[in-house]
Amino acid sequence: MSSVETRSACKPGDYKSDIKPIWCPGCGDYHVLLSFTRAFAELGLVPEETVVVSGIGCSSRIPAYTKCYGFHGVHGRSLALATGLKVSRPDLTVVVASGDGDGYSIGGNHFLHACRRNIDMTYVVMDNRVYGMTKGQPSPTTEPDFDTALSPGGTGLSPFHPLVIALAAGANFVARAFSGDPNQTTSILVDAIRHPGFSFVEVLSPCVTFRPDEREWKTQMHPAPVAATSDPGKAARRIMTDDGFNIGILYRGNRRPYQAKVGSNCIDLAELEKDFAL
Amino acid sequence: MSKAPSIPAIFSLSDLLAIAYRIEADAVERYALLADQMETHNNSELMKVFRDLARAEGIHAEEIRRLAGDIDLTGRANALRTSWPDAESPEEVDLGAAHYLMTPWHALQLSLAGEKRALAFFTSIVDTAKDAKVKEMAAEFVEEEAEHVNLVYKLLRKYPKPAGSWPPDGDPPLAQD
Repeated sequence: MSSVETRSACKPGDYKSDIKPIWCPGCGDYHVLLSFTRAFAELGLVPEETVVVSGIGCSSRIPAYTKCYGFHGVHGRSLALATGLKVSRPDLTVVVASGDGDGYSIGGNHFLHACRRNIDMTYVVMDNRVYGMTKGQPSPTTEPDFDTALSPGGTGLSPFHPLVIALAAGANFVARAFSGDPNQTTSILVDAIRHPGFSFVEVLSPCVTFRPDEREWKTQMHPAPVAATSDPGKAARRIMTDDGFNIGILYRGNRRPYQAKVGSNCIDLAELEKDFAL
Repeated sequence: MSKAPSIPAIFSLSDLLAIAYRIEADAVERYALLADQMETHNNSELMKVFRDLARAEGIHAEEIRRLAGDIDLTGRANALRTSWPDAESPEEVDLGAAHYLMTPWHALQLSLAGEKRALAFFTSIVDTAKDAKVKEMAAEFVEEEAEHVNLVYKLLRKYPKPAGSWPPDGDPPLAQD
């Protein structure tokens, strides 16, 4: 997090907009919204200095439900938007919200390069392993045997492994949270926002409508057995060998965040236009 | 997610009031959220139940605020960085258990579980508190939570358990299956 202005004695409700969410009752994203507002309150973020950027999908509705600046962008491009925003306004706290379809499929390439660039922002992916908004198609993290009318017999494809990919691509903070534990999710978000560089938080957030089996997730979650490491190789090995339900901060890196030299080497606009004149 | 049970360290009356206020405020927030969900999904009967529950918890929260006088309850509760025995504030209803077709009976089951957790929480404070004033106040909260448990039981008589689960949806979202 940049050295932004903060306010004391903020309440989570101060960051909640008047718009009522239209997620399905039971959706994990309600908990994630609570965690967002609680984390913002705990950090005392100034709403006018805070931006929530998203793409498309159920999870990406979150900017409408938070009371700060928001940008509900196009599908898969939330990180591209957020990158431009943070580079031009490094004073802002930028939090990006996405889902497993938006973030890992349509926006997969942006994910890799956002990790690589290590710009100081926090990327929260609400992973429910399905395209919920468009009625239940398999996503990149869906299990290969997810058998529905839309994917008879399952896709047979190995799921995408976002945490390890984030590590390999250069993310500076990697964590896994569970929406059903909003207090711990809040705590992880607070750490993620504070940590310099690109912080990636995967929040397992059940889709109770198209994946009712995910209601069982709350019985399967457990804290990560060891504390976060700063060794990406060690973190990757741990993540590759865990059961997918280890919750906590898994990696805290020390890479220096990218900082654009905004305002330096500026080219006069008129000169630039000459170069593009037909 | 399972966590090792722990009770927040409460050393003073202001700690206890701050914790009690946080519990009630969290419950109000959660019930209001559920009421909004039901309103959005046109389950007006359940919306009313959740609004009534939010109002009841709000009254309790205001009573605690009045008792606390000038104490900054929110600031104090934040400073305590409470670790709840079940990861969440005892009276917070599990949002993950909600369903757009659930009936008042299902909602009251969630509420009953929350009231019982709060009762157990304050009972544990009574059992472990060293300060006599904290113990005395916690005992009062135990009585209030016991009243709430009984109130939910009374409400459950008005809304008996439905046969089976909630009614089937004539236009289910899983249409593609």
